[in-house]
Amino acid sequence: MSTATRQLDELIGREYRHGFVTTLETDTVPRGLNEEVIRMISARKHEPHFMLEWRLKAFRHWFTMREPQWANIHHPPIDYQNISYYSAPRSGKDGPRSLSDLDPELLRTYEKLGIPLKEQEVLAGVAVDAVFDSVSVATTFKEKLAELGIIFCPFSEAVQKHPELVQQYLGSVVPYTDNFFATLNSAVFSDGSFCYIPPGVRCPMELSTYFRINERNTGQFERTLIIADKGAYVSYLEGCTAPMRDENQLHAAVVELVALEDAQIKYATVQNWYPGDKEGKGGIYNFVTKRGECRGANSHISWTRVETGSAITWKYPSVVLLGDNSVGEFYSVALTNHHQQADTGTKMTHVGRNTRSTVLSKGISAGYGQNTYRGLIKVLPGAENARNYTQCDSLLLGEQCGAHTMPYIEVRNPTAQVEHEASTSRIGEDQLFYCTQRGIAPEEAVSMIVSGFCKAVFQNLPMEFAVEAQKLLGVSLEGSTG
Amino acid sequence: MNIQLESWEHMALEQIPQFLAGSGVPWVSQARQSAFERYKAHGLPTRREEEWKYTDVTQIGKRASLAPDSIPPDPPSEAALFSWALAQEHPHLMVFVNGYYSDGLSAIGEMPDGARLESLAELLDGTAELSSESLDASHEHTIFGALNTALATDGAVLHLAAGTVLQDPVYLLFIASGHGTAIYPRNLIVVGEGARATVIEHYFGMIDAHHFTDTLTQIKLAAGAELQHCKLLQEGNASFHVAGIHAEQAAHSRFGSQSFALGSRLARNDITSRLNGPECQCEFDGLYLLDGKQHVDHHTRIDHLAPSCTSREYYRGILDGESHGVFNGKVIVHPHAIKTDAHQSNRNLLLSREAEVDTKPQLEIFADDVRCTHGATVGQLDDDSLFYLRSRGIDADSAHSLLLYGFANDIIARVADPGMRTRIEHLVLDRLPQGEQIKELL
Repeated sequence: MSTATRQLDELIGREYRHGFVTTLETDTVPRGLNEEVIRMISARKHEPHFMLEWRLKAFRHWFTMREPQWANIHHPPIDYQNISYYSAPRSGKDGPRSLSDLDPELLRTYEKLGIPLKEQEVLAGVAVDAVFDSVSVATTFKEKLAELGIIFCPFSEAVQKHPELVQQYLGSVVPYTDNFFATLNSAVFSDGSFCYIPPGVRCPMELSTYFRINERNTGQFERTLIIADKGAYVSYLEGCTAPMRDENQLHAAVVELVALEDAQIKYATVQNWYPGDKEGKGGIYNFVTKRGECRGANSHISWTRVETGSAITWKYPSVVLLGDNSVGEFYSVALTNHHQQADTGTKMTHVGRNTRSTVLSKGISAGYGQNTYRGLIKVLPGAENARNYTQCDSLLLGEQCGAHTMPYIEVRNPTAQVEHEASTSRIGEDQLFYCTQRGIAPEEAVSMIVSGFCKAVFQNLPMEFAVEAQKLLGVSLEGSTG
Repeated sequence: MNIQLESWEHMALEQIPQFLAGSGVPWVSQARQSAFERYKAHGLPTRREEEWKYTDVTQIGKRASLAPDSIPPDPPSEAALFSWALAQEHPHLMVFVNGYYSDGLSAIGEMPDGARLESLAELLDGTAELSSESLDASHEHTIFGALNTALATDGAVLHLAAGTVLQDPVYLLFIASGHGTAIYPRNLIVVGEGARATVIEHYFGMIDAHHFTDTLTQIKLAAGAELQHCKLLQEGNASFHVAGIHAEQAAHSRFGSQSFALGSRLARNDITSRLNGPECQCEFDGLYLLDGKQHVDHHTRIDHLAPSCTSREYYRGILDGESHGVFNGKVIVHPHAIKTDAHQSNRNLLLSREAEVDTKPQLEIFADDVRCTHGATVGQLDDDSLFYLRSRGIDADSAHSLLLYGFANDIIARVADPGMRTRIEHLVLDRLPQGEQIKELL
């Protein structure tokens, strides 16, 4: 038996283990959304004038928009005036200078989550910009990155120190008018990560950030902006965990990636937010806008993600292929169990010549889970020799779940080649029989088959994430196997 | 002319004309009236609606009248010759001119016992027992369906009693004649237990006639029944055509639908089947061969409602000029429809820089023990195949046409009736450069 299968098995039958609330003194603005709140957020973060203007423009535009209804998801209406739009840990008013400055309670929280910061400084390769609610509290390996000219810091710090970069790139991929949730984010985003890789630099380590929702009734509005300048390379990891609770929480993040000539960005996500309990009570609403732009020739953006959490996931990491010969990739595993709903997929827009895109999506539905793949492959008239290959497979475990595939293909160039393939099936009785006949218990056999089903995507994850992803899959499938 | 158009529209939008069949029969008027209310409440669909995202039908309301003709026009002289030629090949021929049955052009011939082929208008005015099914609102899958219920002029009603086998196909020819007319044929096909038939619907129009056809065909298959339905759209290049073909299948029944879209300016076909009983078979095939400014949209939907059903769907398109092809194939596997086996494929060839294709194969699955696949491709002719032919001395144009024909022929070969198959083969070849030469080769 493989290690992976054993790990997976150990985790089956476990309750959500990251469920705890840290009691911290926080600095929260009153509930509700109005211009006052936005001015307050901007003022507290000592933002330059252009940021406030941008937020206000987004806020005014948001009022003209309506919440989208097209997705295959169902939830009670969200009261946007009943959310507090800003919360920051209060301890260390002038910003922590080292780990010892941090609130010890905060450190313990991270340890429980399995991200011991102290160890991570020593351990190889990973610099963590840990986001606790909305303000980044610690950044490691900064000096080492600074030597190479790499900027990797909380968004609010980037606004202070590199306003010219922020002003140039913020909203250039996802404009503030993009969609309801992205516009809301543009108006109220509290913090996030900012990353700039200068020309020709290959980032020597996997950059990583952990998001975590902690404060009750606080929506999280993260903003991530990654810029890979000419010939640069960066691999970025994002991981999510959230404490267990009964109230639904709104999360509307925006991630923007910009790849200039010959640059490459790899963005990997493991999303394990609280999915609600077995009856579908509680859980995170995750309405995220993620988009990358391959601006220069030969640039390359790849999204890899494993989604096991959230009550509702609404997320379409996309790539706009502007530069000639640019490449977009999307590898995804989305799992829905109990009453989880996922409406996810990707958009590949081919604009430049000889652009290529690959989409590999694996959906697993169990319990009452509803899993929808919604994708768009668009080839514009100028995209000579564009090439796309899409494969989406769905695996069904249980009689009450659903799997839906809605690929849109729009082609306006006769030299384009676009292929789409999809299949939906459950684990075959013959496959199970093959395993049980060789003495493997049915539950183990199911785990093995599920691991095998997702292997093609896990191969694209960085090493440390691949292990975590396997574990998450196991936890999330708890009670549905056999 | 404009004033006249407006007045027609005015009439269509305000009330149902009195001259329509069955206007003296209370339930008919009631069914028409309520359908008309549904149409008025909704209006023509816009591109903001998901089902009409790629097809703009608002131009229909602007360019053509929506009111049907009050009296059947005299058939154009070509129609007589064409009908006569068809009647030699097909013993059961019904001809409709602008949606009205033409007794003179038709040749229904002798039907076997248990088979009845009639005109809907006669049925609506009479008291036949079939009439209650004929304007069934549950078959209105789109707002054009409601418009058809409200304004249907005439159509064919085919009824086969249990065990009846119709050897020769029923050929329904719908001729569109004149400018600015709106045509509303409505057909009903009821196939009894274990009965078998083939029905061909052929829509034919003059080259540059401006008209609007809104047709609807309802199909009911009893247990073990089999129907092969073939639709050929060959209207003029200025016509608008909207069609619904909606089937209900009982256990062990088999339904085959073929749709060939060769002519019309803008066409939309909604083809659906509900597999209500176990072990049904359903096959949808289609071919769209487009050029110029043509726009053809196929929306298909197969509902698997019972266990152990099989569905197969093969659609292909060849797009040249500034044409626009749209395909949306839905396969919905409802809860408890276990052991479903569904396969769907849509392949497109883009031949010109201005052509566009939008395809959306769609699977919605609510049961676990199923096997469903779908695939879609957009591309060009294979260079290796072209080289293979060229290296054997076949000139570039012929090689190109031969490969296109091969691509189309996979669908044409699925037509059951040999006469119809040959007719479509020739129509396709006529559209290809060097088609004459290929005809000789075959």
